[in-house]
Order: sequence, then C-alpha cells, then structure tokens
Amino acid sequence: MLDLTFEPPKPKVIQGAQSDWELVIGLEVHAQVSSKAKLFSGASTAFGAEPNSNVAFVDSAMPGMLPVINEFCVAQAVRTGLGLKAEINLTSAFDRKNYFYPDLPQGYQISQLYHPIVGEGEVLVEMGPGVARLVRIERIHLEQDAGKSIHDMDPAMSFVDLNRTGVALMEIVSRPDIRGPEEAAAYVVKLRQILRYLGTCDGNMQNGNLRADVNVSICQPGAYERYQETQDFSHLGTRCEIKNMNSMRFIQQAIEHEARRQIAIVEGGGKVDQETRLYDPDKGETRSMRSKEEAHDYRYFPCPDLLPLEIEQGWVDDIAADLPELPDAKKARLMELGLTDYDASVLTAEKEDADYFEEVAAGRDAKLSANWVINELFGRLKQDEKSTAESPITAAQLGGIVDLIKAETISGKIAKDLFEIVYTEGGDPAQVVEERGMKQVTDTGAIEAALDEIIAANPAQVEKAKVNPKLAGWFVGQVMKATGGKANPKAVNQLVAQKLNG
Amino acid sequence: MTELTRLTIAEARDALRKGETTSLEITEACLGAIEGAGALNAFVHNTPEIARDQAKAADERQQGRDEALAMNGIPLGIKDLFCTKGVPSQAASRILEGFKPEYESTVTQQLFDAGSVMLGKLNMDEFAMGSSNETSVYGDVVNPWKVDGRALTPGGSSGGSASAVAADLCLAATGTDTGGSIRQPAAFVGITGLKPTYGRVSRWGVVAFASSLDQAGPMCKSVRDCAIMLGAMAGHDPKDSTSADLAVPDFEAALTGDIRGKKIGIPKEYRMEGMPPEIEALWADGAAMLRDAGAEIVDISLPHTKYALPAYYVIAPAEASSNLARYDGVKYGHRAQMAQGDGITEMYEKTRAEGFGAEVQRRVMIGTYVLSAGFYDAYYNRARRVRALIKKDFEDVFAQGVDAILTPATPSAAFGLGEMADADPVQMYLNDVFTVTVNLAGLPGISVPAGLDKQGLPLGLQLIGRPWEEGDLLNTAYSLESAAGFVEKPAKWW
Repeated sequence: MLDLTFEPPKPKVIQGAQSDWELVIGLEVHAQVSSKAKLFSGASTAFGAEPNSNVAFVDSAMPGMLPVINEFCVAQAVRTGLGLKAEINLTSAFDRKNYFYPDLPQGYQISQLYHPIVGEGEVLVEMGPGVARLVRIERIHLEQDAGKSIHDMDPAMSFVDLNRTGVALMEIVSRPDIRGPEEAAAYVVKLRQILRYLGTCDGNMQNGNLRADVNVSICQPGAYERYQETQDFSHLGTRCEIKNMNSMRFIQQAIEHEARRQIAIVEGGGKVDQETRLYDPDKGETRSMRSKEEAHDYRYFPCPDLLPLEIEQGWVDDIAADLPELPDAKKARLMELGLTDYDASVLTAEKEDADYFEEVAAGRDAKLSANWVINELFGRLKQDEKSTAESPITAAQLGGIVDLIKAETISGKIAKDLFEIVYTEGGDPAQVVEERGMKQVTDTGAIEAALDEIIAANPAQVEKAKVNPKLAGWFVGQVMKATGGKANPKAVNQLVAQKLNG
Repeated sequence: MTELTRLTIAEARDALRKGETTSLEITEACLGAIEGAGALNAFVHNTPEIARDQAKAADERQQGRDEALAMNGIPLGIKDLFCTKGVPSQAASRILEGFKPEYESTVTQQLFDAGSVMLGKLNMDEFAMGSSNETSVYGDVVNPWKVDGRALTPGGSSGGSASAVAADLCLAATGTDTGGSIRQPAAFVGITGLKPTYGRVSRWGVVAFASSLDQAGPMCKSVRDCAIMLGAMAGHDPKDSTSADLAVPDFEAALTGDIRGKKIGIPKEYRMEGMPPEIEALWADGAAMLRDAGAEIVDISLPHTKYALPAYYVIAPAEASSNLARYDGVKYGHRAQMAQGDGITEMYEKTRAEGFGAEVQRRVMIGTYVLSAGFYDAYYNRARRVRALIKKDFEDVFAQGVDAILTPATPSAAFGLGEMADADPVQMYLNDVFTVTVNLAGLPGISVPAGLDKQGLPLGLQLIGRPWEEGDLLNTAYSLESAAGFVEKPAKWW
C-alpha cells in the first residue's frame, strides 16, 4: 500500500526590512481537455491549423446556433476528478459569464460557476523524501476557451482566430494551501503528471494547453495557522492574481517578485490592492492589468440553452473502474520492488517512462533494470534529445541486454558496448553477442592458460605481488586485456588470488 | 378555384391531392397577392424563385404518388426570425444588415421536408421585442382590419405573419412566441395561433430572444391547419439541448370535436380591473360554448398570476441582454464607421447604438441591470422563484383534473399604430398580461378567433393546455372554433 506518512515542508520565509513574511498561494490551473472535438461543437481541436478553419457555426456565434455538450469532455472531467480523489457531482450546470471581447464571439463564455461538475479533492505534492504538501482542490469546472486576438500583424487592424474558441477547458481550483514558489511549481508539475497519466490533458504548456493563474498574498508567521484553524480569510493578506502563466520557471519567479512587491508595500505603510496582474519575465516584475474597481461584472446566470448536466453513478463507476494506475501508487509499487525513492520518482515522472521501465523489468531484476533504464537509456536519449517514445531501442531489446548481464553471459562493461550496438544498429542482443563473440569467458581453463602465460612472462611482478597483495589487480587487468574484456571478472580474481598465493 | 389564396392548408391539401389545382397555381396566386399588398408591409424579403422551384417540385411529387407529404405544395410565409439558407434573415434589425445564413433552421427545414413552399420572409418586431410590430427596421406592419380608415397594429412580435395570413397573402405562416408573440397578433387579426409546449419545436436556427421562453409555432386560418402544421414543425432535435425527445403524435387525428366530460378552468385572477366589458362578455360566451359542447366549466385560481408580467420583464430581458451580446460588429451584420483613433470599445458602442432600435436597447439595458452584481438576487433570482411558483399554480390546477384553461387572449382589440408612441412602455407590456404566464410555465397555448367587438374588430380567446398535450388542446380549440363560427375576413383596402 501507498505510504502516506510525510512531513509538510517548511513554508518559504522572506526577510523583509522589518520582519519575516510568509507566502500564501492558491492556483487556478486551466487544462485543455484532450478531446478531438470542442466542448459544444464538433469542430476539431487540432493545434496549428489554418486560422479560422476549425470553426463550427456555434463557435462563431452565428444567430440561432445552439451548444450541445460533448459527452467525451464530460467523461474527461469526471476522470480527472476521480484521479484527484474528488467528489463527482452527478448534477452540475452551465452558466454564462458575460463580457465583450472580439475573440469571444458569443459575448459570453459558457462555464460552471454555481454548480461545478467536480467538487473537493486533493493532490499530494512531494518536496523530497518523506516531505510533502497535501494541496486541497476546491473544485473543477468545465468551460469554453476563447479565441485568439492578433494585434501585431497590421498597424491599423486586429485579427481574430477562432480555432481555439469553444475548446474544452478544465479549471482546477486549489485551496490556498501552497506556501512557497517551489511548492507552487511542484504542484503544477504533479498536477500535470496526473493529468497526463489520466490522458485528460496533454500538459503541453508551450501551446498553452496547461496554464495557471496564481493567487499570492503575504502574511506574518503564525497568521496562516490561525487561518487554518478558523478558515477565516481575514487572517491572510490581500491577494493579487497573476494571470496566464505557462512555465514552471515563470511561476516561481513571478511569485517571488510579487511577494517582494507586496512586502515592500506593507512595510512602507501601504495597502495591497486586490487586483489582476501580469508577469513580465523580461523585466522580472508583475504589473497591474486591472484593479478590483475595474474588474468586469460578468453577470453570471444559468445558460438557458443547456439543461442541467445529469450523469449517473453507474457511468462514473465505469470510468473509475477504467482509471489507470496513478503516479503515487505506481511509485509506491516500484519502491516495493526494491527501487530507491529517487529511482522510483525518476521512472514515474512521465507515464511513458514508467511503462517502458515496467516492460523492461517484467520478470527481471527491478534494480538492475532501473539502473539500465535510468543511467544508460535516459542518458543516451538525452544526448540525442529524444523522448522515450522515440527510443531506438525497445523495452524488449533492453530487457534482453539485462537478461544477458544477469546470466553472466556478458560483463557489465561488455553490456555497455552491446547497448551502443543495439541502440545504433538494432538487432537481437543475444544474437549480437553470439555473432560478435562478445560472450564472457567463464571457462577457467582458458583463463588459467592466459594467466599462466602472464605469470611466466613477468616473474619480477609475481615476486612483488607476493609481498604486496594489492598488485594482484595488475594481473587481473592483464588477463582482461588478453581476453578482450570477455573474461568473467569474478573467475579471474579467484584464479589470480590462487596462483599468487599458491 | 378563383380564390386560391383564401384556401386553408387542409383545403389546399385536399384539392392538390384530387388534382383540382397545382401548388404552382396557388403559389403564383399568393405571389400576386403579396405583390399587391405592399401597403400591409408584411413581407420584407420575397423569394419567388425559391417558391416556384419548391412548388414545381411539390407538383411533381404529387403526381408521382398517392400519399403526399403532410404539407406538400403549401405556400407559407416565414417570420424573419428564422434563419433561412442564402436568404436574408435579419430579425428585422439593422444590426443584421445583409446577413444571409449558410444554414437552414430546423423548423424551416422540416417544413420544406414536409413539402412546404416558402414565399418569403415576414416582418416582425425587432428581435421579436414588441407587441405592435412598430419596432421593426422595415417599418410598421399594418393590420388588414381597419376602423374608420385608421391604420391598426396587427400586434407583435409576429405581426407580419398575422397580417399576411389574415390578408390571404399565404396559406399559413411561422411565428415565434416568447411572451405572447403568436397568440396576441393572431387575436388582433382574427386567425388561429398556437404556441407549443416549450421543447416541442426546435429552436435551432431561430434567432434567440429569450432562450428559456422562445418557442416557434404555427399561425393559420384554422385549428385544423395548426394541427397539420405543428405536426411538420415539431419533433426532437439533437442540435437543441432543450428539445424534448418525445414522439410527435398525429395532431390532426385528435380533432374529434368531442370534448364531453373535459374540465375547463376559468381562472379568477385573469378578470382584470378595467377589462373592457366586451372582452368579459366574449370570455363568458366562450365558456358557455364549451359547456354546451359537453365540457364542465370550473372556477380555478392561479394565485401568482399578478407577478407574472414583472417576472417576465426581468427574465426575458436578462436572457436577451446576453443573447444579443454576439451582435458586436465583429463577425457579421452591421459595423459602424469608425473615426480616427477609435478602438474596440468605440466600435462596440457605435455599432450597437446604430444597429439596435430603442426597444431592443431598452431591454438590453434592463437585462444587463438585473443581472449585475448587487441586483442579481433582488431581480433575476427573485423572478426565477416567481416563475417556479407560476409553474406550480398550473401544475396544481392540472392535478385537480382540469384539462384546459380558458382566458381572453388580449386585454383589448387591435389598437391604432402610433397610438402608444408616447405611452409608458409598461402600457405596451400589458398587452402580454394573459399570455406571458404560459411562456413562464412552458405550457402550450392557443389563440382562437371568437367574435368581433362593436367596432367590428376581431377578438380572440386563449386556451391553455397541459404540457405535451397539444392534441387535446387543439381538440378543445376545434370545438370552440366550431361553436364560435368565426368566418369574418377583413374588407380588402390595400
């Protein structure tokens, strides 16, 4: 079973001019649902298509067009909720969030304010062996993405691309349980990992398929604990929301900068204004996007074009039954196989890596398999800038190499040569060993003959070695050299010791 | 067969089946009548080529087999609120100037599939907001009925549909009804108009006014025609999430005229202060006719009726303010000329100020207000609670065994065009006082012409039915129609 005993990490403390400050952070992560079609239309969600080519009539808000919910997107949201150990709401509803913008053709976004499809859940964010933060999820709701406004193509005109309009997003809202920039990034990493395991979001941050709005406030040490006891937000500072972050590095930098900005304001006797800010990575600062006063009045109300979304427990159960093994469980299982915490973490970071490893390790020594996957394969792939999916050597081939090592058919050193051959040229490892005469020499007769020859040719060395046993290594090396590295090192060691002492 | 345009759908269907006339003949007669009826301002986009093509195709079908489609060869007018492929569909608004959809609304497609012929698009109040057809970008529609040479309103918002059917420019027309927009104009021009149960007819491709209230329906010369045409319009549409997945019964087959033992409720709350005695008398006559036909007349109470109009004028504008946000000058329709230095905000403001008429602007502003932070609970949520109570009023009455409810359709006969120009807008909204409850509760309702007032103008009675029981409702209306024997037509002056 999964071992859930862990200590929470220490909150990040920033020293101000006058006192120490702690951070309180909550995230709203927008994850694009992996789905071929949009949330309310059959239009494609493929990235990089010609502008305005993936647009159904309802996406461009043609008069009289109506949304129809895409059941697959609903299943994806449910799957995500289950993966985050969250409550699934069998009845949820869609609301309209009204605002004007050219890339929002309807003049409203269909979202779920009042009745989200997923309720409270949690994400365990590991910050080191035995140290982890349990971040509570408040809710997940389904909503439509907006299109893209392009302002830099023409000096006088703006352009709008509606390809992304109506693509399904999950907004995953955390509680303010995160206490530092590193934790925030680790939370996003973990969330991304889980979503990718579930297959509900590809996690591609570069394309904007996973992006985060980060809420940051500062407080005096001790204040957060009072908030925790009472759940009363008045113990915490005024928060600012930093919008649309799509890199782990920027998330950390932005939080750090924003916290220092707030500390400077408060220590200078000022008050932090609740507002929406943008992070400028070039200047390393956040700047105001709009204040609370300028905030939109979104005039949310239930979308009259859609009936409440009713799903059945049996359907949810079916999805739950099909849920893949998730990272925490997989890691725990790998550790039970004898892997270290570190190796298990590395192997489970990406599902495809874990799958590859498990195929290699099936019926084999887990630790040895892990070493070969992590050290040899990952090292080699990194050198070639290839992903595991692009690996020229299959799990079956690597497993074959591990088998040859385990059977002592080849030595560890020869195995590295074999790996390189199979990696670059392909082929069945056992056959390659056979054809190229890479088999380890375990025949003591052959080893003895070679050793006798060396002893006979170097009487002075033999005398010295009898006095100083450390020189035995020299004879071992000579035998390995003479046998082209194929001699079984264990057998050579034994024979050298026998002969020299005999 | 000299007066082909005066035929009902049922008469035309029978004549076509017997080979006594052709769809093309009827269609040409209608096109001629439309040509000569410019003074009514009912049709705003004529589609004679489409009409002739469809009529010829209908005639070919008719010869090809014995059993024709339900509406084969029947020429119709289509309210401008319906999107019709390749044909201007503007909801009578400047903001949709030049808009020709690349798609066909489900209702018109189903009517075409049933063999109907489209003569053109019909005038209406802008975005179906109005009760007098005076808010259209195409100008007022004139009622074919006249008193002392005074131009009267045909009612609204389906004023063009009403006027066209009453003046025999087409055999029937589509209408839409959000708060009474089929039933009130039908009453004002002496025709029959049915608003089906919410969800019975697809809203896909119908320009939205208030999505939770909008419902399309037939406007015809008889109850039988409404039954035939509803059959063609109705049905589950997977493209409309609010469309009900229910089979469409044979509504015409329900017209037995036998209403013996039916319980008809007379709601006391509809007896309004200051109601004209003629309306009272008509209502009483209607009840007597139904009693004579064997129905039981019972007094009922719908206690929350007085809150219906205010609730409606919160909910409908709220939804409209959101539904009409898409008309922003970015994608289609009208876009204002921009001045040097104008940004997107100016584009929105100018476009919407020029594109929307005063009544639409008023409702968008009311709707925006009632949904705004701090007012949402006081207005919108409260109105939703009222709506639930109104719905429950009806459920309680139906649970007591009432089969249909009889009320006046309108608080008065048609009034003069321009007469309400200086009145408080609420005076205009009072036109809907008997009809909005039906939309709020999602029920079917039908307006049947039942007599003339002393000026010689038609008056209508409304029957309200149980949800999904349009067949039963139509049968009660059929009985009322037979008893009332309303056959008057306006004297042709146009």
